[in-house]
Amino acid sequence: MNVSMNWISEYVDLTGLDREELIRRFTLSTAEVEEVYHYGTEINGVLVAEITKIDEHPNSKKLHLLELNLGDHTDRCVCGAPNVRVGMRVPFAPLGASVKGMTIGEATIAGVKSCGMCCSAAELGIADASSGLLELPADAPLGKAVKDLYAFDDIVFEVDNKSLTNRPDLWGHYGIAREFSAIAKRPLKPLALDDLTKYDALDPVPLGGIDGELCYRYSAIRADGITKTVSPIDMQIRLYYCGMRAISLLADLTNYVMLELGQPTHAFDSRKVGTIGVQRYPEPFLFKTLDGTERRIDPETLMITSDGNPVAVAGVMGGENSEIVADTDSVTLECATFSAVSVRKTSSRIGLRTDASMRYEKTLDPELCKAAAARFLNLLLSIDPGAKVMSRYTDCYQYRYPDIDLHFTKAFVDRYTGIDICDAQIEDTLTRLGFEVRRDGAAFDVKVPSWRATKDVTIPADVIEEITRIYGYDNFNIETTMSALKPVLPQQGKADEAAVKDALVKSFGLHEVHTYLWCDAKKLNELKIPVPENVSLLNGMNPDTTVLRTAMMHTLLPVLRENRFYAPAFGIFEIGRTVKGVKPDGTANERRTLGVALLSHDKERTAFLGARDMIASILYDLRRKQPTFTRIEPINAWEHPANTAAIVLDGKQIGTMSTVHPEIAAQIDKKAALVTLELDMDALAEIPGDELTYREPSRFPGIDIDLSFVVDKDVTFADVTRPFYADRDETLSDITLVDIYEAEGKSLTIRLSFVSQVKTLQKQEVQAYIDRILDVLAKENIRLRA
Amino acid sequence: MDNRIQRLREQFLENLQRANAAEAFEELRVQYLGKKGEITGLLKNMASIEPERRKEYGALVNQLKEEAENGIKKRMEEAHARELNARIAATERYDLTLPSMVRQGSYHPITLVQREVEQIFASMGFTIEDYDEIVDDYHCFEALNIPKHHPARDMQDTYYLSNGQLLKTHTSAAQNAIMKKYGAPLRAIFPGRCFRNESTDACHENTFFQMEGIMIDENISISNLIYFMKTMLSEVFQRDVKVRLRPGFFPFVEPGFELDISCLICGGEGCPSCKNSGWLELCPCGMIHPNVLKAGGIDTEKYTGFAFGLGLTRLAMMKYGIKDIRDLNSGNLKSLDQFVK
Repeated sequence: MNVSMNWISEYVDLTGLDREELIRRFTLSTAEVEEVYHYGTEINGVLVAEITKIDEHPNSKKLHLLELNLGDHTDRCVCGAPNVRVGMRVPFAPLGASVKGMTIGEATIAGVKSCGMCCSAAELGIADASSGLLELPADAPLGKAVKDLYAFDDIVFEVDNKSLTNRPDLWGHYGIAREFSAIAKRPLKPLALDDLTKYDALDPVPLGGIDGELCYRYSAIRADGITKTVSPIDMQIRLYYCGMRAISLLADLTNYVMLELGQPTHAFDSRKVGTIGVQRYPEPFLFKTLDGTERRIDPETLMITSDGNPVAVAGVMGGENSEIVADTDSVTLECATFSAVSVRKTSSRIGLRTDASMRYEKTLDPELCKAAAARFLNLLLSIDPGAKVMSRYTDCYQYRYPDIDLHFTKAFVDRYTGIDICDAQIEDTLTRLGFEVRRDGAAFDVKVPSWRATKDVTIPADVIEEITRIYGYDNFNIETTMSALKPVLPQQGKADEAAVKDALVKSFGLHEVHTYLWCDAKKLNELKIPVPENVSLLNGMNPDTTVLRTAMMHTLLPVLRENRFYAPAFGIFEIGRTVKGVKPDGTANERRTLGVALLSHDKERTAFLGARDMIASILYDLRRKQPTFTRIEPINAWEHPANTAAIVLDGKQIGTMSTVHPEIAAQIDKKAALVTLELDMDALAEIPGDELTYREPSRFPGIDIDLSFVVDKDVTFADVTRPFYADRDETLSDITLVDIYEAEGKSLTIRLSFVSQVKTLQKQEVQAYIDRILDVLAKENIRLRA
Repeated sequence: MDNRIQRLREQFLENLQRANAAEAFEELRVQYLGKKGEITGLLKNMASIEPERRKEYGALVNQLKEEAENGIKKRMEEAHARELNARIAATERYDLTLPSMVRQGSYHPITLVQREVEQIFASMGFTIEDYDEIVDDYHCFEALNIPKHHPARDMQDTYYLSNGQLLKTHTSAAQNAIMKKYGAPLRAIFPGRCFRNESTDACHENTFFQMEGIMIDENISISNLIYFMKTMLSEVFQRDVKVRLRPGFFPFVEPGFELDISCLICGGEGCPSCKNSGWLELCPCGMIHPNVLKAGGIDTEKYTGFAFGLGLTRLAMMKYGIKDIRDLNSGNLKSLDQFVK
């Protein structure tokens, strides 16, 4: 929203104050100023002149030769404007004067010398485009500088609309002026209002069928005998500087009142409206708004009606069928308050955001309706004295916001601020902002003004903001808190995350990536991975990215593929969230999950076992516990049926790892070895770590005994060693793999290490144990090589 | 007799000269100095020498024995040195300019920035909390004093989910749960990934990181808030930053502020980065709204508190000069592998 400092100064005397400094303080105390414009600086030496004679241009049909009376002398110029007329007073820029973008010099136009230029509104910087000269009033004093007569010079600042969302009162100049009155500590002058009680004896504007739910207040008043159609120059300038455009007196007045009070009003041509109602229609229909667009009106949209027929979209825009036109001489002015939510939703449904709807969305104060009507009439009657009010102020006030009285003490303020803002200053600030303040010593009772009571100020903490922002945050002494010491221990989950990331990056050279929470159907399709059934986005913009991932691989495998030419061997990982369907209560089963995807040109077995060793070493590091790995059936498309394993720690499955199914691997890199791994970090966090228990090494030498077995291909290292662990001799300290050889059958050599804490062992002392276990193994057809 | 010693000596020296391998030296030693060696034999022959010449004879033989021992030792050492030198000369000179085989890992830039900031907060006694990405309407809005139909819900284009939940639009969604978990007094930060339903371009992402912080205690004031933010941000940016507060509207704080810091590029003089204002808008903050404290089970008569939000994604972009926000979620290792710590 643009704010004119001239307009503000009508309500607060800014004499002697630096206006730019005030604007800076407005940013710090009220709302963010985005830009400051200095208008009128380019306009210099432009004078009021009367056209006294119009001659045809000898060489052009469009151009005229004008003789101009400037009071004490006469000037001549060539002019191309179509609206020239003898007796018309216009702004004239003589030689040496400047207008927007140029300085006037002597010129020859189509062969005729021209000493100056008659100006349009656009040339004076008060319109975007003009079709003719700006017509000045017939009584404008000849020869006088236009800048002395009209407020071309102005400082205008633009406030970020977003920073005004909670302040319905700041959507008009009067509300902003109230802020400046508090900031500058100068009085706020009252608005010039027409006294509406004069019309109480007149007939009402016929109202009937006003929606009781969404229309809080509907009021109207009628005036006839309007003959003026053009707004005063100063009004046109202000409208333009504030981002609107002068159209006609009645349209300009509604805009002017809106810019001044923040209250939208609507001017109906009285000839076109009968009994006015406010209602919703049960069936959808098309309605042409006054911008000429047909819009679909649904049953939720609140409409203004005339004798039951729609004439305006309430709070958004009027209809073409009832708008004021060139010969309108009677206006019925609507001043109303509608439900903010209803206007906001209507506006977004029909795709039309207007200056009115923007204001209604902010929850306007219904008290403004009457002031707006009184202000409109005050302006209309002073500009067009022939106009006559023909109805009483007809008011259907259905919903009043409750009064809000707040009680607080100076101590409450001090606790919030941490500094000492004195009672008198608190009282002064609040009073200037329109709060009614009663103070008894250090106890305050304040009544919130109606324009702040619609949603903005409801509790004492809200008053703190009023006091402190005007006091100025720059003026605060800043102090540290005094708080008790408390040890802060890192959470298990956070600590695990950090340790896992460090290990993967520093020990294993992997790259951390971030991917989205949802699957990308296109990318998965390229990999021949189906999109899972899962919780999904209802309102995503892209239909391909709606289903949330159930596994990290849904988003990591596409990334692995995109990077497949990055290096012959690399790995990526992410600790993110996966959603494994919903829990019994319907909420998403969100899990913190580590996903690792590895690509190399090693043997697949080497890559797979390498990944196993990597995660085992990380888990041992975290918990001092060895995970086990058991082959399981794959559940995801990318998991290889032969090599998918559960990662088990403390008897609980906390993850899976797999080589990649050939069908999917082929889409990534046919020749590479690919390994995936997922670890449920939430499940890991619940597994406690083992304490370090120190064991003194034996002082006696141990013995190693190597055993070579011949086994079937499917027999694992664990199958061979399990009986030793199941029936473990107290001196058996370790079992390691010496060699594995696969040619005809499988040959496996293990080494048993024995050591005693009390003596030097002899081979024969452990032979009985070994023989016992070998008998057990023989029953499973695992025998020593002959 | 002397001639015999002399002949043996000449014969030995000739043999020594010819020997050059370790075995040959051993053979020589056995041949001359072994139990049955020829020089040893001369000594054994002592009895046959006339008594008056024995002394002289003994001295001569011992002299030869010593000469032989030293000779063998010296020649052995020479041979060893030759062999070592030959090996050294034959050793490959390794090419240190060959490319490294070690794979250098990398962190995501968000991790690096998040760790830095977390460390600062941990040093000031803040608990670091984690929170869900999928939350419900209550935690994301209701508990934060954002009732139904509040425009703030429009301001944040929320991703709603098929199971009735939603993706958290801001880290503030964790406030309620953390207040309930710890009660007051409380100092906590909670970094997290947030989601907004908007189209992406160089400056906008639907998925980004924030970090929220709250501090609740008796008599926490605006004055404390300003002090804290200044201290914290000076630490984050590793320089003395000036801060200023402006009124800002966020339903979950009252009063609410927009916090600006003096422009990091121009230091406050005014430059294109700060639109010539000298200030950069950095983070929203404010005194926690009493309704939010109440919803979190905190006694508002006794406690007040402040809250602030830091855009971790924005911080990372500022710190590393990342111009396109989409790089962060691109998964492109050519971009991400630079973030080594």
